Amino acid sequence: MIEFASVTKEFGNGPAAVEDFSLVIPARKTTVLVGSSGSGKTTLMRMINRMVEPTRGTISIDGADVRDRDVVQLRRSIGYVMQNSGLMPHLRVIDNVATVPVLNGVPRRTARANALELLDLVGLDRNLAERYPRELSGGQQQRVGVARGLAANPNIMLMDEPFGAVDPIVRAELQVEVMRLQRELEKTIVFVTHDIDEAFLLGDQVVILQQGAQIAQVGSPSEIMDNPANDFVASFIGAEQGKRALTPKATASGTVLVDGQGRTQGRLVEDGV
Amino acid sequence: MTWVANNLDLIASLTAAHLKQSALPIILGLLISIPLGWLAFRYRFTRGLILTTSGLLYTIPSLALFALLPPLLGISFLSVANLVIALTIYAVAIMVRSVADALASIDPSVRSAAAAMGYGSWRQFWAVELPLAGPVILAGLRVAAVSTISLATVGILIGVENLGYLFTNGLQRRIVPEVLAGVIAVMLIALIVDLLLAAIGRLLMPWVPGRRSGRRALQSHVVNP
Repeated sequence: MIEFASVTKEFGNGPAAVEDFSLVIPARKTTVLVGSSGSGKTTLMRMINRMVEPTRGTISIDGADVRDRDVVQLRRSIGYVMQNSGLMPHLRVIDNVATVPVLNGVPRRTARANALELLDLVGLDRNLAERYPRELSGGQQQRVGVARGLAANPNIMLMDEPFGAVDPIVRAELQVEVMRLQRELEKTIVFVTHDIDEAFLLGDQVVILQQGAQIAQVGSPSEIMDNPANDFVASFIGAEQGKRALTPKATASGTVLVDGQGRTQGRLVEDGV
Repeated sequence: MTWVANNLDLIASLTAAHLKQSALPIILGLLISIPLGWLAFRYRFTRGLILTTSGLLYTIPSLALFALLPPLLGISFLSVANLVIALTIYAVAIMVRSVADALASIDPSVRSAAAAMGYGSWRQFWAVELPLAGPVILAGLRVAAVSTISLATVGILIGVENLGYLFTNGLQRRIVPEVLAGVIAVMLIALIVDLLLAAIGRLLMPWVPGRRSGRRALQSHVVNP
């Protein structure tokens, strides 16, 4: 469990990037922080592994303040996956995956053997192990990034817009992959995105953020869609237009549901019929 | 050309001396430039100080430097040490800026990724930043190496014998082939050392995009679209 208690972060003299933010992130679930740029979502995430230090307030993991932990050890204990992979360009794929275990003192040979298994786990061909990151496609690089994040078997995975830079088809594949991994591994995942569809797809708990990391609504995807807390949420999730605003339309063979663009999206199935 | 044929032994021994006198300043220059370049990269105050000083050092004429160093360091004017120290100073002047630029050229997201993985700052410098700065440092090293090898010939003016001897001796005795032999020998070893450094760079930094690896990337693209 990760807990933010009245966390504020100010950069210089500008308005606070994060203001008085409190949230409980449950263990072994996926929590998605979603908001547009300037909502402070990445800053929030980076405070968990102390890449950013809060100005006020505390962040604790299982009740222990992260500031009491050695920063290097803390970071090694938390998986981190970022946009554009953040792979080390001078290390082969296998050594990128083995990075954190090697830092932790695991013998290189053992770490590399485990890294091969992680490549299997994230659906990468072992033939890619000896390649350098630039020899991989964007989607493959992101898979390596996920494998690297998992390598030290952390309880917590931080994922900072990991699929923001890949094309929609690859993104969909990777999202499915993350859901499969999460079913198998049950990590505490904190996932940052600006894509509400991605948030609803992956999140057990979705946190919709406004400017200054003000929480507009927290809940499961269903709770938010069933009952948007305010106009901001309704408009952010597109409840009133597009593919989430469905209207029934009677046809010869029964009622179908039509989206905001007039395209039929599905068939209405009444209970007990 | 008969002069060259008759004096191959002399040319060979001068070349060996020349290489020995150049190698030390090149290596020392690199070793000194790395910490200085890091300081210049890391702190704004030291950046101005170090880069300006090294820029100024390079403008000091070599003969003036030969005259300045002995009283400052208590070494003999007519000594190999005087030459080696002067050449080291010029090498540092060239390479400090390359090292600082090289460190600044690293993608900030890679640096931040390394920190987020849990690299300590010392390990991050040696295992991430220095290797990634490698290609730009190597470019500076190659310039410094060629410049040092060419500059070393002035050693003859303070009595240190190397290929520069062929210039002064050839001029005094009006043997044009001797002077030409000196010029060509200096150019040749500069070229060979430069190619050697480039080859070592390819060996040590196989991840840098090049012709061969480019082909491999293409293959991987075909095999795994």
